[in-house]
Amino acid sequence: MSNKTLPAWIDIGVIPLINVCLAFIVSGFVILLIGENPIEAVQYIITGAFGYGEGVGYTLYYTTNFIFTGLAVSVAFHAGLFNIGGEGQAYIGGLGVGLMCMSLDSFMPWWALLPFAIAAGAAFGAAWAFIPAYLQAYRGSHIVITTIMFNFIASALMVYLLVNILIEPGNMAPQTRSIVESATLPSMQELFAALGMDIENSPLNISLFLALACCVLVWLLMWHTRLGYAIRMIGFNENAAVYSGINTKRVIVITMCISGGMSAMVGINEVMGAQERVLLDFVAGAGFTGIAVSLMGRNHPVGIVIASLLFGALYQGGAELSFEISTITRDLVVVIQGLVILFCGALSLMLKPTIEKLFVKLMSSNKPKENANV
Amino acid sequence: MLTNTTSEQGNTLPPAIDLRKINKSFGPVHANKDVDLVVAKGTIHGIIGENGAGKSTLMSILYGFYEADSGEILVNGKLSSIKSSKEAINAGIGMVHQHFMLIENFTVLENVMLGAELNGFLKESKLSARQELTRLSDEFGLAVDPDAITGELAVGLQQRVEILKALYRGAEILILDEPTGVLTPQEVKQLFDILNALRARGVSVMLITHKLQEILAITDEVTVMRAGTMVASRETAKTNKEELAELMVGRKVLLQVDKEAAQPKNVLLQANNLTLKDGSGVTRLDDVSLQVHAGEIVGIAGVSGNGQTELLDVLSGIMPVQQGSIDLNGTTIDKRNVLNAKDFRHLSLGHVAEDRHRQGMVTSFSARECAIMGFQDEPEFNGKILMDNAAVTKHCEALMEEFDVRPANPHLKAANFSGGNQQKLCIAREIERKPEVLLVGQPTRGVDIGAIEFIHQQIVQLRDAGSAVLVVSVELEEVMSLCDRIIVMFEGRIVGEMPASEADAQTLGLLMGNAGSDKDDNGQVNAKGES
Repeated sequence: MSNKTLPAWIDIGVIPLINVCLAFIVSGFVILLIGENPIEAVQYIITGAFGYGEGVGYTLYYTTNFIFTGLAVSVAFHAGLFNIGGEGQAYIGGLGVGLMCMSLDSFMPWWALLPFAIAAGAAFGAAWAFIPAYLQAYRGSHIVITTIMFNFIASALMVYLLVNILIEPGNMAPQTRSIVESATLPSMQELFAALGMDIENSPLNISLFLALACCVLVWLLMWHTRLGYAIRMIGFNENAAVYSGINTKRVIVITMCISGGMSAMVGINEVMGAQERVLLDFVAGAGFTGIAVSLMGRNHPVGIVIASLLFGALYQGGAELSFEISTITRDLVVVIQGLVILFCGALSLMLKPTIEKLFVKLMSSNKPKENANV
Repeated sequence: MLTNTTSEQGNTLPPAIDLRKINKSFGPVHANKDVDLVVAKGTIHGIIGENGAGKSTLMSILYGFYEADSGEILVNGKLSSIKSSKEAINAGIGMVHQHFMLIENFTVLENVMLGAELNGFLKESKLSARQELTRLSDEFGLAVDPDAITGELAVGLQQRVEILKALYRGAEILILDEPTGVLTPQEVKQLFDILNALRARGVSVMLITHKLQEILAITDEVTVMRAGTMVASRETAKTNKEELAELMVGRKVLLQVDKEAAQPKNVLLQANNLTLKDGSGVTRLDDVSLQVHAGEIVGIAGVSGNGQTELLDVLSGIMPVQQGSIDLNGTTIDKRNVLNAKDFRHLSLGHVAEDRHRQGMVTSFSARECAIMGFQDEPEFNGKILMDNAAVTKHCEALMEEFDVRPANPHLKAANFSGGNQQKLCIAREIERKPEVLLVGQPTRGVDIGAIEFIHQQIVQLRDAGSAVLVVSVELEEVMSLCDRIIVMFEGRIVGEMPASEADAQTLGLLMGNAGSDKDDNGQVNAKGES
């Protein structure tokens, strides 16, 4: 008896939408409790995220990071691996991007440097994911535990490197020197200016296009290649994969390396684009938000783009909200984000039976004849 | 289609169970449609039907796992609302599940009293449970040592513990769901003795099965379900196998496999002294040697869990050879020459997995993706970088057409096909390339009678085309009618071999249970792997 009777548009469209709305309603009550007007709060969030050029720029800049980390989590998830280590992989990947940029930035312009930076970042991120992957596949240690631990190791390692080795001489802040201007990614403002359009300045840069390209690549990988076939088969049924002659251990390691490499692209957006240097904690939780994004986006690139946009808007609109209403602090914004994650991720299936019943009732009242495929 | 109580007592006593117009839907699937069922007191009532006919749903409603969408349940003439298994137990209904609900490292006594203790103190409970257990054992001839560790008992005895559990809770109506699936013929006979004893003491038994022979052997009445409805109810004495089969399927079926005598030729598959230990060091295969010739079907009989699964896994490259070797089509595979399942396929071996949900297919995949499992790297399905999805779909369409898989929709999720159609798709995938060696595990597990016929025909056809076929099945009848030569396995060893023409259920049954001394021999026998 399968209970997968709902059409896809309800399953991936309506239900997540209702979940998001529920999260907002509960958030509204929390804001009421503080004594503020929730309607007003929503207005601030929406105008903050989409109301003016700079806001949109910031929203999309956050979105870019979330697409990378969301895709990273989803790739691993298809193989049944819960990669919690996106944060650390992005951090170390950013180091790779930074090192490559700083060694070549005086020789070449950004467009020539970009492929090298991508390769270096992906290699560093993949390497950071390789160790937990190897331990999972060949030694049986659980990937959730090892990737979490690797986040801490990455964090400690980066503090050490930035404080002791990579720090710019004469600077008090633990960060590297700036990348030469000509070697950093053009911001959207520069790009649009070249096209003769004037938009407001924001950290948004052309790595958004890289993120969208990655979506297409991941979609092709998962549903149009042999490797994707193998990855998905391992995720659904590892015994069946062995039965089909797939080297599951090897595929698990490869999948995690792809996942780590994808996380590392956060480094392109941050190090080569927005910050133009490597600095402490530049990932700022994007790796963890990627988990929620992937869950909410049902591990599909299209869903991930939409979920990333939602979280990007929440980050940017939330920041605006805490700025506009002084009683609503940054912490409350985290609460709202937490509620969205709770309803879309953890409770994503809560409403499913109810909606299923409702749908069946609606359908059967429309057409009483049914085809029982018992 | 109202069912009438044909038993004499039915007129005086209210029936033990009286179900009226039960309806239950899962989404658009109408699993039970206006089901009426009357079970007279003190009788054994058989319920038969193909997989997915709605038998298990109906029993789950009766036992409180599901709630009916509409309809009434009368227990002993009283209208009852059963919303949980606890309420079912209070109403005097007990159930023995196909997969036992026992805690393996508890003693029999602990299992029996679990959840039905007198109070918070175990000592008192144990004392009274022990007395009650002794009484029940004596009354019904259900001898089990109360202090034995349950997991170490043979499957037949574990089943007794399940029955004792139900009786201990005061069950007067006992539901048995496919109780004989994991038993040797001797154990089946013992079970039937117990059921007779229960009936003699007024317990009503509902026996759910798809095995016609058992229905005829033990029941008083039989009800046939098909596609969610009750299609007929018969007095067992007044019906026969053919009629029941026809009622189940809705058309006439051939119960015997129609085949010529085998013409064995050269050896295509040979296992030499295969020995295999599992992760915890338990020997699963013990010095197994066998040969399969071109043009013959060799059957492996045995109670499930006696090494058949491991044998298939090793012979198909899923598990590496630890000791011994395999000669497959002129290639020797041993510890030094490790090949995986794909390499085995390239040596012209087809393998229909024993458990399609565990190995043979991915239920979350679409049919077209399932149809290339094991062949995903073949050039015909791949371009330079991307897969040729159009070719994959076309391939699936062709298979569905040729093997009559319904619905013929390559994009439908595998889980949404019926068991029979899933199996057809798996067999189609493996047979289509005309492999010289075919391994088939449980060719017809969870497959309806109509499809069984078709699958057997396909296997025989492949044999006649000159392939060597090795069949593993726990259905003794199937092994005897489909195969040309029968090998019996017990605890990882080959304990007997004979031509199918000379085999009979009695002899095979004794071999399968290692000459009947299966009781305290070894605790390894267990019921896992059934689905």
